[in-house]
Amino acid sequence: MKKNPVKDPSRENGEVTADADINKYVLKLYVADMTPGSVRAIANAKHICEENLAGCYRLEVIDLYQQPHLAKDEQITAVPALIKTLPLPVRRVVGDLSDAVRVLAGLDLPRKTT
Amino acid sequence: MAKPAHKSKPRAKPSTPPRQQLAKSPTGIPGLDEITGGGFPTGRTTLVCGGSGCGKTLLAMEFLVRGATQFDEPGVFMSFEETPRELNDNVASLGFDLQSLIRRKKLLFEYVYLERSEIEETGEFNLEGLFIRLAHAIESIGAKRVVIDTIESLFSGLPNPSILRAEIRRLFRWLKEKGVTAIVTGERGSETLTRQGLEEYVSDCVIMLDNRLHEQICLRRLRVVKYRGSTHGTNEYPFLIDEDGIAMMPITSIGLEQDISTQRVSTGVQRLDSMLGGKGYYRGSTVLVSGTAGTGKSTLGASFADAACRRGERAIIFSLEESPKQIIRNMRSAGIDLERWVRSGLLQFHSARPSMYGLETHLSLMQKAIHAFKPQAVVVDPLNSFVSGGNEIDVKALLMRLVDFMKCRQITGLFTSLTTAGTPIEHTDIAVSSIIDTWIVLRDIEYSGERTCAVYVLKSRGMAHSKQLRELLLTDKGVQLRDAYIGLGGVLTGTARSNQEAAERAEQLVLKQQMELGQQELATKRQILESQIAAMRAEFALREVASLKNTEQQRALETLATEQRKQMGRFRSADKLKLASSQRANPRKSK
Repeated sequence: MKKNPVKDPSRENGEVTADADINKYVLKLYVADMTPGSVRAIANAKHICEENLAGCYRLEVIDLYQQPHLAKDEQITAVPALIKTLPLPVRRVVGDLSDAVRVLAGLDLPRKTT
Repeated sequence: MAKPAHKSKPRAKPSTPPRQQLAKSPTGIPGLDEITGGGFPTGRTTLVCGGSGCGKTLLAMEFLVRGATQFDEPGVFMSFEETPRELNDNVASLGFDLQSLIRRKKLLFEYVYLERSEIEETGEFNLEGLFIRLAHAIESIGAKRVVIDTIESLFSGLPNPSILRAEIRRLFRWLKEKGVTAIVTGERGSETLTRQGLEEYVSDCVIMLDNRLHEQICLRRLRVVKYRGSTHGTNEYPFLIDEDGIAMMPITSIGLEQDISTQRVSTGVQRLDSMLGGKGYYRGSTVLVSGTAGTGKSTLGASFADAACRRGERAIIFSLEESPKQIIRNMRSAGIDLERWVRSGLLQFHSARPSMYGLETHLSLMQKAIHAFKPQAVVVDPLNSFVSGGNEIDVKALLMRLVDFMKCRQITGLFTSLTTAGTPIEHTDIAVSSIIDTWIVLRDIEYSGERTCAVYVLKSRGMAHSKQLRELLLTDKGVQLRDAYIGLGGVLTGTARSNQEAAERAEQLVLKQQMELGQQELATKRQILESQIAAMRAEFALREVASLKNTEQQRALETLATEQRKQMGRFRSADKLKLASSQRANPRKSK
């Protein structure tokens, strides 16, 4: 992963940053209905992102029951599914995201160090 | 698109019995609906399992395509393995125009892409995404039929089999609730029907496909392992995949309900007709001509086809050993001109080596040819070519189905069969005699350095046929039959027969001459006798005259003597006594 010295301090500061920074990590979480599993997945996703990608990510939660055609377009089979669309390559994990280490590894996201 | 060949085929639907039957969705696949008694269970899930390359995907696809085109039931094809493009290309060669069906919203592809390496499991999950996709697809075209091919791919594409199992179980329940008629395909496992034991979840109908090699030739078979709530054919049924998709041969289980004709058709050989009650074969009957090599089986077959064409009927000759040109040449030497019938479109040849295809393909090709050409006469020459390495049972099954197929269409079939030298004449490699109506046996007879051929009718159902042996001659005017010489020395044919006939003629000549001689002798004797009689008569007449004359003489002499005595008396003055007595004797004179 490319290191950008400009963005790193902004993330540390937790300030609202430029669009480029918000869109650095674009994640989509597909759930089906607000089942306990879905709710758990959403909470986990938010938590992981805040922990590791604070300030430079965008997380979109999509209920497939509202937009069923997306399931086909995005090739969703198992839910909950978290897809990292940016930066490329696209990576995905399934499950309720309770294992944060595997989520980060699976999506090839940087773990927050220090 | 459905092929006209199948559309026009009268489909033998089982007559609907009054009792409540399980609702069934016809597959439209020829033969399969007969076996399953009407199709797959409506609103339930059918498992189609089998090894790779045995036609699972094709069967499922055909179920959808035929459902969409023939029964107006739109279908969803959920594929885990092939992309819509691949599927489209794969089945285009079978004449299915998927693109058109998709455009008309009769068919919908749902390709599920799973890549194990791209998916990390991070906790509990379910397959709701799949359900949503399927539900969306079903609703968007109002699908009544669903195919999931191959659901077991989930196990290689997603982690955590225990979750998957639970989800698949839920999927089948869900499909049932949706009321769609579904086919789920599964790869065959080593000990179970499917690798993942799907048969545990699908318990309504299980179809097993098999694809096995026999003598380097592939045989495809289908079996209904289970069909809850319905009777079904339990055998293994052969099927094949040809350019029209799956075709199952209809079938031995159809039964024996053909119409029967009393019409007769000529055998093409006049004397043979007269041996068969004077009229030939029954129309729609099955004729077997068996015999050793070179006894004229093919020629009898060709004569039969020739006779059919002469009547203006169509005929097909399926030749498994000779090319059409060869047959035409050979038959021309026997005075049978087949070429003109080929040219006028009444005769078709289909030549194929038996090893070219499996039995099933042969059968199917024959049936297709018959279906397309609609002949009244069919010749298969020779039947035994099919036999190789102990598949007699299959050949018999093939023949039985071919016979049933032809009988249903009132086609007269003539099969030839080569009897191996040394085996009994009544023996055929395939024990087919029971399904044969008329059996003509040709046998060669070797006698005094000559080989001739005799023919007789071993059996002919429903007619009074000749039971005599005839000699068969292949002349340049076709097949001719002659009376065989049947004498004390057995049956004589060929020159032995003509020798015998000449000897007989000579004997008869001698006998005749002897008889004439005898008659002449008798006539002479009669003449002699008559002349003798005449001589004797003459002699007798002479004697008679002589004796008459003698009597007269005597009488005259007597009168003369009496006169003389009277005169003497008068001269000697005879005494009174004498006078009186003489007076008494002659009163006038005594006065």
